[in-house]
Amino acid sequence: MSKKMPPTPMLDQLESGPWPSFVTGLKRLAEDGDKPSAKIMQGLLGQLEHSYQTRKGYWKGGTVGVFGYGAGVIARFSEQAAQFPESAEFHTLRIMPAPGFFYDTKTLRQMCDIWEEHGSGLIALHGQSGDIMFQGCRTEQVQPAWDKLNAMGFDMGGAGAGVRTAASCVGPARCEQACYDTLAAHRAIINDFTDDIHRPSLPYKMKFKFSGCANDCANATQRADVAILGTWKDDMQVDQKEVQAKVKQLGRKEFINQVIRMCPTQALGLNDDDTLDVDNKSCVRCMHCINVCTKALKPGKEKGICVLVGGKRTLKIGDLMGTVLIPFMKLETEEDFEKLVELAHNMLDFFADNALEHERTGEMIERIGLVNYLEGLGLELDVNMINQPRTNSYVRTDGWDEEARKWAERKTSAAE
Amino acid sequence: MSELRRPVECGVPDSKQFMHPALVRNYGKWAFHDRPRPGVLRHVSDSGEAVFTVKAGTQRQMDVHTIRKLCDIADTFCDGHVRFTVRSSVEFMTTDESKVEALVKRLEAEGFPVGGTGNSVGFISHTQGWLHCDIPGTDASGVVKALMDELVHEFKSEEMPNRVKITTSCCQINCGGQGDIAINVQHTKPPVINHALVAGVCERPAVIARCPVAAIRPALVDGKPSLEVDEKKCVCCGACYPPCPPMQINDPIHSKIAIWVGGKHSSTRSKPMFHKLVAAGLPNNAPRWPEVAEVVKKILAVYKADARAWERMGEWIERIGWPRFFELTELPFTKYHVDNWRGGRANLNASAHLHF
Repeated sequence: MSKKMPPTPMLDQLESGPWPSFVTGLKRLAEDGDKPSAKIMQGLLGQLEHSYQTRKGYWKGGTVGVFGYGAGVIARFSEQAAQFPESAEFHTLRIMPAPGFFYDTKTLRQMCDIWEEHGSGLIALHGQSGDIMFQGCRTEQVQPAWDKLNAMGFDMGGAGAGVRTAASCVGPARCEQACYDTLAAHRAIINDFTDDIHRPSLPYKMKFKFSGCANDCANATQRADVAILGTWKDDMQVDQKEVQAKVKQLGRKEFINQVIRMCPTQALGLNDDDTLDVDNKSCVRCMHCINVCTKALKPGKEKGICVLVGGKRTLKIGDLMGTVLIPFMKLETEEDFEKLVELAHNMLDFFADNALEHERTGEMIERIGLVNYLEGLGLELDVNMINQPRTNSYVRTDGWDEEARKWAERKTSAAE
Repeated sequence: MSELRRPVECGVPDSKQFMHPALVRNYGKWAFHDRPRPGVLRHVSDSGEAVFTVKAGTQRQMDVHTIRKLCDIADTFCDGHVRFTVRSSVEFMTTDESKVEALVKRLEAEGFPVGGTGNSVGFISHTQGWLHCDIPGTDASGVVKALMDELVHEFKSEEMPNRVKITTSCCQINCGGQGDIAINVQHTKPPVINHALVAGVCERPAVIARCPVAAIRPALVDGKPSLEVDEKKCVCCGACYPPCPPMQINDPIHSKIAIWVGGKHSSTRSKPMFHKLVAAGLPNNAPRWPEVAEVVKKILAVYKADARAWERMGEWIERIGWPRFFELTELPFTKYHVDNWRGGRANLNASAHLHF
């Protein structure tokens, strides 16, 4: 029998207003007759209201898992279990969605049925790392729920000090600006790291994110230890007739304001006949003009990726953006993908061997210096890695001639 | 125990099996896109085939009934295909232009606002808060619901100078990430330590190592091994709390909310930027956080009125200068805005460039 709904005077205030209300959803689940999910939700609503009243959280972590894996379940035990016994255990299963968050309704409905039977009926689409979060499950229901989700062809996401679930933009599935197949790259890397996802044994977490161009719709640059962004090497593609049409549509002044003046490196000019003058040597592939003129301008044809390393948020040493590690590599053939996966493994191995406990990749590089990191990975220096050369003189340069010779050799071999 | 099933380590599935067939047909062959109206995208492929996408907001934390409702809509209009965005909006795709208006109407009628495209305020990416997190200073879904109620017009229209990405985070770890506006918990008092529990719960060396300012020391308290905090050094970041719950940092009064602006991931025009602190000390005022909404709306209104087309918030401030930002937003400028962390000199004005 379902018990009475807990009073929720504060949460009730989040039911009004034009935006869809999660509270209404929680209540709907709590009122679901005799379903097991209804009981869990009644407890949860009571505890959440209690949090709103007291302005404090009441969940403790813990260790709950499934057979064969050491991560993927986020355990939550209530500190208010006596008061709200129905939601005393409220664990989350992190499940990795298909890259780009694509679903058919059969799959979603099946997931809903499983979660109504084994969990609370609450699902977040999606968490900040990119997981489907099946929220609210009692300990003994974790394994049966997981067995069914796994049988559907889905796998658990990362948690703790391992490789985490990845995220990618919509990519070539529905975007003309994607410079590489973000969904394929996402799948190639993640599916080669399942052991590091399911059995965390790193100093701390490691995240990969995939964006098809500099617009970075997957928010990779600062949110991923390894950000893989699409770019191109040759000249931008320009359809001059469409440029003229865009100038006509916006008017010359607005075209100059919105396109020419906004170019960060002043690489654009408007010709007298309203065609576009592009100085491709000055272009930094920032995507702005292409965003404004979606019909007239496109990335070049020699497409590929650049890899940024070390993005992370505050704790412990302060915020870090990812910085350039590989300015350009092609990502088209099977060999290209193998090369990327191999690079990712090398990055992970170096991190596992050299980072301190609870240190992220970016913090490790901050501590040891980028040059040591490059040497450790066997990667070559590139001027694209810096904003500017060093500004302090505290450096020992007794290997200068040797390093200059290496550079000259590389230039010669690149020209051959 | 013999019937325990070994997991199938299948990794992530292939997306193409879930995609609308028109996306599979035109995969990697898109020519251009435009936006017939706010909330609707049109992508045209090299073959001339067009796909219309209708985008709508969700509550992210969804009950199964809401998800089934979205499935019903996808079955009716989109041959049973649907996708979600990184920021938890939902997207319905169809090749049939005549269905678009009806699809928009249906979504609106079911309570899903259509928008979030182009230069709008997108859905707020957020964390778990009191609903599920073990260390939250505030709620997440509630803050976001309250704010989106206030910002729904900006979600449904494309009237901003450029896209606006808002994030919230219920502790200083900032799972919500960088944003044009980031709304984050900012603790203002050092942790209150329950010395009776520390020895049994915390790995003390690990906790000491977490502190960014080396303010934590081992100590014997009432004859038990515990930890003490040098309160003069403590920056109240809360890093010691996850590995050591007896170091309680969350406080109903002293855990405040701070607002940061000008963060950006993209390399579009300017290089990526971190968000910067502009307001703090706002009360953690559940269930609707009106003081936070007021500051956010003020900043958005000023940005909307003053920025040039395509300037993201951080770019606009770089152009007009911080004195003008504080003048226009009428926010107080305090000693707490001046960066004194390692590398903070880079945030000082080493020039004679002045704004009056």
